[in-house]
Amino acid sequence: MKKTIKAALVDTLPVLTGYLVLGFGFGIIIKVNGYSLLHAFLMSLLIYAGSMQYVAIGLFTGGASLVTVALTTLMVNARHLFYGISMIDRYKNTGARKPYLIFALTDETYSLVCSDNPNIPEKERKNYYLFVSLFDHIYWITGSVLGVVVGSLVKFNSEGIDFALTALFVTVFLEQWLTTKNHAPAIIGVVSSVVCLVIFGSESFLIPTMLIIALLLCLYKEVPENE
Amino acid sequence: MSEMHIWYAVAVMVLVTASLRFLPFLVLGGDKKTPKIIQKLGKILPYAIMGMLVVYCLKGVTFTSVGGFVPSLIACLVVGILYVWKRNTLVSIVCGTVCYMLLVQVVF
Repeated sequence: MKKTIKAALVDTLPVLTGYLVLGFGFGIIIKVNGYSLLHAFLMSLLIYAGSMQYVAIGLFTGGASLVTVALTTLMVNARHLFYGISMIDRYKNTGARKPYLIFALTDETYSLVCSDNPNIPEKERKNYYLFVSLFDHIYWITGSVLGVVVGSLVKFNSEGIDFALTALFVTVFLEQWLTTKNHAPAIIGVVSSVVCLVIFGSESFLIPTMLIIALLLCLYKEVPENE
Repeated sequence: MSEMHIWYAVAVMVLVTASLRFLPFLVLGGDKKTPKIIQKLGKILPYAIMGMLVVYCLKGVTFTSVGGFVPSLIACLVVGILYVWKRNTLVSIVCGTVCYMLLVQVVF
């Protein structure tokens, strides 16, 4: 158990950096727009979806209707359907942890749990999933709360620091690339995304991308074997 | 928005986000054996999705000015080269991010 907690702490360090910064930014924007610590805290605790929370502030200030809020959330977060599909087998037999694991499955947590850290023994896997999910959640909440409380006091130019999350995804992508011989799924992912980005634009390319990826991968025959 | 309307909006976002996260498990995750196609997707989707997430993070890149793509390009190369060389996630992320911040704040 101790080893598992330590592994989860080490593996989530990149997310710690990214979430503290992005959460902090969210807290600052909440404060600047006249909302309270309670808003930031509850949103980060219960919605726990970074990009959506940023979009939410725009919806609040624009006075969006609840239907608009629901549809926007659906568009922005539809990619989570995919994370669930890839985790169905991994999260099987996780017992009482399961509802929380599913609730807390963000982009960053997904990138860590789907990497299948080879140093974690089979029987400790479910605890590893739990600690990774929990630590990431705590980082996000802490970042948001700090942003509201001390955001106005900090005079540090943090422009560009959100690149930490891009960098995290690049390293996970490379790790997957380097540990498998069959690169077709990775290439399908990148090419479909780029093509859809060019055709549909940055605001609405994710859903067509996911449909194309799902279709191509269903038709796809071989399963890449890990070395 | 009134205070009450904001809390309703938060509740809607919580419900929709959680539904998206739970739906695959509710539909496919029972005690019965996972269908073959879903097992296959579970194995190969992560490869495709990480590719999609990288592109998603870089979606703001523009090619109309040098400053629109060079910082991301250089920083991604730094992350990638360091990672292939050292295989250390933290080193790659810290160096890449510092490099990106210097580029967007000082150079471009």
